Amino acid sequence: MIPADYLYILIGMGIVTYVPRWLPLVFLSRLQLPGWFEEWLDLIPAAILSALILPILITTGEPRHLDLMRPELLVALPTFLFAVKTRSLAGTVVVGMFLFWLAGKIL
Amino acid sequence: MDSEAHSTHWMRILRDGVIGAWPICLGYLAIGLAFGVIAQKAGLTPVEIGLMSLLVYAGSAQFIAVSMLSAGAGLVPIVLTTFMVNLRHLLMSSSLATFMRNLGTGRLSLFAYGVTDESFALNSARFRGGQWDWRRALVLNHTTNLTWIASTVAGGFGGQFIPAGAFGIDYALIAMFLCLLIFQLRGRLYVVVAILAGLLAVALSLLIPGNSYIVIASVIAAALGVVIKRGRLSSGAEGQP
Repeated sequence: MIPADYLYILIGMGIVTYVPRWLPLVFLSRLQLPGWFEEWLDLIPAAILSALILPILITTGEPRHLDLMRPELLVALPTFLFAVKTRSLAGTVVVGMFLFWLAGKIL
Repeated sequence: MDSEAHSTHWMRILRDGVIGAWPICLGYLAIGLAFGVIAQKAGLTPVEIGLMSLLVYAGSAQFIAVSMLSAGAGLVPIVLTTFMVNLRHLLMSSSLATFMRNLGTGRLSLFAYGVTDESFALNSARFRGGQWDWRRALVLNHTTNLTWIASTVAGGFGGQFIPAGAFGIDYALIAMFLCLLIFQLRGRLYVVVAILAGLLAVALSLLIPGNSYIVIASVIAAALGVVIKRGRLSSGAEGQP
């Protein structure tokens, strides 16, 4: 029913996706890590989140180019301020969605 | 003792994990439906779509794989591309490992399956804030996974169900990331590292194709952060009598 080649592709994709997710959890979680490495790992979430989000906000297209006039960025500014003020995840998600919906109506 | 028994009660754990997952579920619903529609147009059946979401469970890699499949690409290029696109999880699992000490391999293996950009961001913030543990994190991961699988299959039946742009749902994950980024900024050093990572990521994303800019920018920015921290400490120590 499911073509064999397709299944092989999925299994291959599954393995190469799972191994990078699995390896550090199993090995690093039981090692005594050196201090500088712990400090480095502690900074990783802030770094990754910023590296994920900033390009989404100010670049677009294929090949990518800068675009500072995107509604994503326009909405991000008040959403960011709201998050700083309230530190509420639920509120920030709702406000961000509402403003983005509003921006779609107006722009 | 009593309150500890209470907070580890399984009903409570289940509730905390499922409720905690809602911003991700909202985002996955929108992206999952969109993915299902595209995959169906590329000739995949709902069963084939669901199987991909189950076995791979990685949004951007799945979009890329479907476009490669419809371009007639074979196993090796698709699997290699998937590997490159998902290598960033190596970094996320490394960071999460510091919160998952002394767990058995079985539990860690189960948890590893659900590590995505979104679950990593949310679980990291929750672990940091306390009131969170591997059980709740595991429930959160699998709640978001089920939402992803169900949404992609539903989209595969040809239903967009949610009109494009409705309720601003496309912005749910961006807003979540913005707020979780703020949660991570726990001092000036974190702000400096975040700014460095963001600027590096933008610059690299303009220069190199693909998404390797995420890993490269994060690794460099966090390393610079350690250098700054250690430099500040040692110069501070020199100032001591």
